[in-house]
Amino acid sequence: MSAQQAQAELIEEFSLFDNWMDRYQYIIDMGKQLPAFPEELKSAETKIHGCQSNVWIHHEREGETLHFLATSDAAIVSGLIAVLMRIYNDRAPAEIIATPPSFLEDLGLDKHLSPTRANGLHAMLKRIFTLAEQEKVTG
Amino acid sequence: MTVMTDLTLDVVRVRRDFPVLEREVHGKPLVYLDNAATSQTPRQVIETLDHYYRHYNANIHRGLHTLADEATAAFEDTREIVRAFINATERREIVFTRGTTEAINLVAQSWGRANLAPGDEVLISQLEHHSNIVPWQLLANQLDLHIRVIPVDEHGALDMAAYQASFNERTRLVAVNHISNAFGTINPVREMATIAHDHGALILIDGAQAVPHEAVDVRGIDADFYAFSGHKAYGPTGVGVLYGKAALLEAMPPWQGGGEMIRTVSFDAGTTYADIPHKFEAGTPAIGDVIAMGRALQWVDEIGISLIGAWEQRLLAHANEQLARIDGLRVLGTAPHKAGVISFVVEGAHAQDIGLLIDQLGVAIRTGNHCAQPLLHHFGVDATCRASFAAYNTPEEIDIFVEALERVVGMVR
Repeated sequence: MSAQQAQAELIEEFSLFDNWMDRYQYIIDMGKQLPAFPEELKSAETKIHGCQSNVWIHHEREGETLHFLATSDAAIVSGLIAVLMRIYNDRAPAEIIATPPSFLEDLGLDKHLSPTRANGLHAMLKRIFTLAEQEKVTG
Repeated sequence: MTVMTDLTLDVVRVRRDFPVLEREVHGKPLVYLDNAATSQTPRQVIETLDHYYRHYNANIHRGLHTLADEATAAFEDTREIVRAFINATERREIVFTRGTTEAINLVAQSWGRANLAPGDEVLISQLEHHSNIVPWQLLANQLDLHIRVIPVDEHGALDMAAYQASFNERTRLVAVNHISNAFGTINPVREMATIAHDHGALILIDGAQAVPHEAVDVRGIDADFYAFSGHKAYGPTGVGVLYGKAALLEAMPPWQGGGEMIRTVSFDAGTTYADIPHKFEAGTPAIGDVIAMGRALQWVDEIGISLIGAWEQRLLAHANEQLARIDGLRVLGTAPHKAGVISFVVEGAHAQDIGLLIDQLGVAIRTGNHCAQPLLHHFGVDATCRASFAAYNTPEEIDIFVEALERVVGMVR
């Protein structure tokens, strides 16, 4: 499944809910399924600033693709990480760069989680894209 | 025969004055519990501002025309309203500022630079808002001062023995809040002023959280400086007050230069300054907003500050009672004397999640560090949720809030 297909799949899943409390519950439940994030990977380098909660993103190059590991101490942000992982994890840097986060608008997340709410979503996206750019150059 | 009268606040009547309380948020009736950040505005204040722009918008203190005259009169009348509200001696002790923050910066940069020398000490408290920390840090860097911090006990009350012991021959100023914005602790400012004066120091009180909730008497406290904001007291944003004892203000140099604050300006003979309070009011002030702030204080008087205070204490007690049923909830700040502010954390639920989710249910509370990072870190947390009450809140709203809180905590755990 491509990153674009993963986005389309998410949009379809979210359309099953007719209210935001249910959508948030779904996001939170997805966050609970995130793989464990080893304590030793929590460093100044992996930490994302600009969030009301703590967020860490670690990445590794695995052949042609980028493998991310991320976590947060807040439930909704963890869920948003899970959403991002479904779209961007284990993809080639070029595919990441070629997949702008249209799901933000399609899911209505940009309206519900505006940058002023300091939820870190935009900061996380920026980190993923920056890492993809770097890896594209060095790779 | 004694007649028993039930002197409680008529909250139904109070609520009718606030148009915003009729709105819905995400399809739910708004429950606004972020009053320590900013209070909502009664229609009387909105109408005052509207009336100003419709009828007598003009620059003050100079024009000879009718509009300028009316605007100047209303602006200066507001000084009298403020004077009476906080029981200052004279009108000229009331300086209009952009808010509490600007008032504190004014004292730091004007009084501070004129009166403090390297090695002098400023005493602040662990409870302070950043606005009563950073201006002193800036000044300390400029003048090489030392800042000492009065510690708090485990309930978030100031350690008064430590306060007494913090003075030495270099202590020049105490800068403390009257009521803590983060915890609601009411500080014994009158006693603190006496102790400061006994040690030859002045006291500045940040009254931003006190003015809307209890009767403030700057003479009774014997405050040297007292600062507060309009927007936490049912008034507009962007305006506030610095009270200073006349003799202190008179001896202070101007802070910002510009129009309004001068007597004569000359390239050759130098510039002379206006008398207080105008010496500290450079530039065109927020005229309509100042006048509207005066109307807000009159509104508080019409309802009765003691009734408002008593009502908020009832809300606080009810909220404490209801919140106790939430498993894993811990209230930070349990001092015996508290205003209507409850700061709390819930085990297994991040404050950010609670704030975002409870908003979906129409409830507005504050989450984060409340501009009091040193205090929160002292209590080992980065963020709390804070519910804070005003005259228009009801026990029913608190029930809605607690029920909503239970639901969202259940979602994230």
